[in-house]
Amino acid sequence: MKIHQLSVFLENQPGHLATPCAILADAGINIITLTLADTQRFGILRLILQEWEKAQQILAAHGLITKITEVVAVQVEDRPGGLRTLLEVVEASGVNIEYMYAFTDRTEGKGVMVFRLDDADKGIAALLHAGVCLLNSEELYKLAQGGKQ
Amino acid sequence: MSFQWNDCNGSFHPDSAMDFLPEGQLRALQLQRLRSTVERAYGNVELVRARMDGLGLKPSDIRTLDDIHRLPFMVKNDLRDTYPYGLFACPLSEVVRLHASSGTTGKPIVVGYTQNDMDTWGNVVMRALASTGMHRGDIIQIAFGYGLFTGGLGLHGGAEALGAAVIPISGGNSDRQIMVLRDFGVTAFACTPSYFIHLIEHAASMGVNLKELPLRVGVFGAEPWSEEMRCYIQRETNIRAFDIYGLSEIIGPGVGVECNCQNGIHIFEDHFLFEILDPETGVPLPDGEDGELVITTLSKEAMPIIRYRTHDITHVIAEPCACGRSLRRIARISRRSDDMLIIRGVNVFPSQIEAALLKVEKTLPHYQIIVRRDGDMDDMEIRIEVTAELFSDRVSEIERITKRLSHAVESTTGIHAKIRLVEPHTIERSEGKAKRVLDLRKLDTPKP
Repeated sequence: MKIHQLSVFLENQPGHLATPCAILADAGINIITLTLADTQRFGILRLILQEWEKAQQILAAHGLITKITEVVAVQVEDRPGGLRTLLEVVEASGVNIEYMYAFTDRTEGKGVMVFRLDDADKGIAALLHAGVCLLNSEELYKLAQGGKQ
Repeated sequence: MSFQWNDCNGSFHPDSAMDFLPEGQLRALQLQRLRSTVERAYGNVELVRARMDGLGLKPSDIRTLDDIHRLPFMVKNDLRDTYPYGLFACPLSEVVRLHASSGTTGKPIVVGYTQNDMDTWGNVVMRALASTGMHRGDIIQIAFGYGLFTGGLGLHGGAEALGAAVIPISGGNSDRQIMVLRDFGVTAFACTPSYFIHLIEHAASMGVNLKELPLRVGVFGAEPWSEEMRCYIQRETNIRAFDIYGLSEIIGPGVGVECNCQNGIHIFEDHFLFEILDPETGVPLPDGEDGELVITTLSKEAMPIIRYRTHDITHVIAEPCACGRSLRRIARISRRSDDMLIIRGVNVFPSQIEAALLKVEKTLPHYQIIVRRDGDMDDMEIRIEVTAELFSDRVSEIERITKRLSHAVESTTGIHAKIRLVEPHTIERSEGKAKRVLDLRKLDTPKP
């Protein structure tokens, strides 16, 4: 039930975000979604991609520092309050959300939330117990391909 | 006298006997050689004669070893001012070798050797390698620069004298360094410590595990390095890393070396007389107290050097060494009086920063210190190349690590430093001596 997320270290300077994006584009690797955490001095580019292993190899070969972490993807109704129930479940389980980001899925009118939890297994158990729709990697990649068409 | 010899792994080399000379004999030999050196310099070197005459000193005034304190100093600029041959004490026809500095900080300095000087040099380097446990049968890869720099050829002569198989690969070309290291069955490696740290990283990127190779001994020198760097090298490679000390002005590498005990540098006192002085006043300091190392050559013919100010800061370790050598030890040199940074009025040495960074878990020493002036305040920033170990997908985690680094620097130096993680390979790599400091204050134009 966990999704692989590829993180890349960037200096917070003009042009630095373009480098990994160009490397991935040249390699023909599609990015499903991304988020950028930035501070005054540095940034962390977090990517969800189907070909995450290949992407990591290529970025590392270009001298970039990367890390693979496991995140949890949840499908939510794309309407007011869709996220609220979800957060209540996570909160009640005592699991901490390190960060989260979202992208919408136009074909089904739903949104996908990506969570980085401090205790992913416990979080997943709580979400499944509450009947939340968790996406495994295959489902997520399929959904992303559908959304592209 | 009873004779104790504790170097493991080595077969005793007959020339190492001089390392164990009884104290009384050693001092008598030093005095005899000091007097002939002063006589030679006074008789043949204009600069020395003029300075001694200025002090009303004659060579015959040197009657005891303590009389050395009456002699005038020599400094690096003396070698520049007399460029190229002004300090030679013999005709050029007797000189068989010339070396020179790169001259990046001014006019180069030139040093010359007679055949006897070459033999002396080979002898001290050979004894230095023997004290690290090296012996005939060892295969040594010498990655110090060959050419005008004394590092490469200095190690070369000593390693040959020892009977080791020498690979004169010189510096640079890291791919080839690792290939040779892996394929030639190399057992000993000589280069600057910063270059070896670069090679550790490079070997890993090539998928070569240095721990699995027969490599056993590292002989590192030509720049100050810290105990933390030694621990890092030894941990990552399973070799033993030894500090070899020397400077071209005196002879090149081989002025002193660590023995198997790795606790201080034995100076080859039969050829070099050293003093530890207060760098400000020139007054001799008691054993154990930090001061400037000042060296006099005792057997050099082509270029006798008297009381040379090395700018290296160290102290005498008075206790006898467990290896049994009678040669006195100095603490490893981790700082120089001329690489001291004064930041907000506080003395800071790059080596302190290095030690602090290495104390924080898993930090590789690819860093650069940048000092700026912001208004009237000095500002110190330390750029550190991010590694897979330092990196995290969480901002809080990265900030926690930079705080730890910053705290370690502040608790060692007393100065707050901004830590800035930068992308890999953005700090200039050192194939030779490390350039760790960028002091941009010197470039500031004074305010109107």
